[in-house]
Amino acid sequence: MHSGSPSDHPSEIVERQRWLAVLAKAPVARLEAAWDTADDKPAYRLLRRGETGLVMVRGRIGGSGGPFNFGEMTMTRAAIQLLDASGNVAYTGFGHVAGRSARRAELVALFDAMLQDPARHDAIADRVIEPLAAEQDAAKAAQTAKVMASKVDFFTMVRGE
Amino acid sequence: MSEVATAPRAGDFMRLDPGFADPVRDAQGCFRAVLDAMAHPGRIVQIPTALPDQLPLGPATASVALSLCDIDTPVWLDAAAAEAAGYLAFHCGAPLAKTPAGASFALIADADAMPPLGGFALGTDEFPERSATLVIEVAGLTNDHGMTLRGPGILGETRLDVAGLPARFWSERAALAELFPRGLDVLFVCGNALAALPRSTRVDL
Repeated sequence: MHSGSPSDHPSEIVERQRWLAVLAKAPVARLEAAWDTADDKPAYRLLRRGETGLVMVRGRIGGSGGPFNFGEMTMTRAAIQLLDASGNVAYTGFGHVAGRSARRAELVALFDAMLQDPARHDAIADRVIEPLAAEQDAAKAAQTAKVMASKVDFFTMVRGE
Repeated sequence: MSEVATAPRAGDFMRLDPGFADPVRDAQGCFRAVLDAMAHPGRIVQIPTALPDQLPLGPATASVALSLCDIDTPVWLDAAAAEAAGYLAFHCGAPLAKTPAGASFALIADADAMPPLGGFALGTDEFPERSATLVIEVAGLTNDHGMTLRGPGILGETRLDVAGLPARFWSERAALAELFPRGLDVLFVCGNALAALPRSTRVDL
């Protein structure tokens, strides 16, 4: 993925990474609903239609912790351009999602572009990003709690006698 | 890979235009048309294009680039086509060749200013396919007069007139004939029309 920790980047990049991460993990039905109920829908065109391919996922596989190829996963990407009133391109948004849903990648790109627009940013962040982020955090916390409940401490095991 | 420059970051996404509306079908349609043209040298085919207007390249040139160029094919652009670098980097992922000799494809928008044909990659005797394919934008293509073409894919002979091509092109091309199987394959484009001149075609000067 990207080298260096997120804190190496300027704050606007960190912020964009966060909303893209939230959008990329959101179910397509939620994104579709958020788009359907959005007021003041902007005009847009597809710069790159949703297209599916493979990406190599790297991870800490060995004991040394160095990155190594973990395996390939299916990914879909899209890019859209928001058009202003005179038909010129105002903002370009990108979407990358796991799986094969072109519509989902296009919706992520659409929201990415809208979030770059200062006039729309706050409304979308409050209405779309924050609720999704809260749900994802809660789901992760619940999963972590469930797994932690089954944690086994091995320090009681004694070998020998 | 020293012949290959790093493609410019398409930092200015505002000025990018979309690629094919339906990438798979449109690229297949264009490929089929180019195949037909290469199999019948001199025949003028229409590229079924589905691209927006106002591209930095002509519609047929852009279609050919989107259909044939990818990360494995360094592309050289002449000065008149240089504006298309960002478009090709975004839609094809093709690296830019710094010199004509390093290119698999050369997109030439200004035929008068094109470099000598001998400066492009001509392949080797073992690997003649490692040569460049030239896509040259010309002022007009007609079949009823002009050069007489003979060779594989042509029954008897055919005529092709290429308007706006410098006269030195034909003499430089003739000078490459003795190098066969090394050589250059050329696609002439004009609007949506395309005609091919593969290295195997003989031209009466």
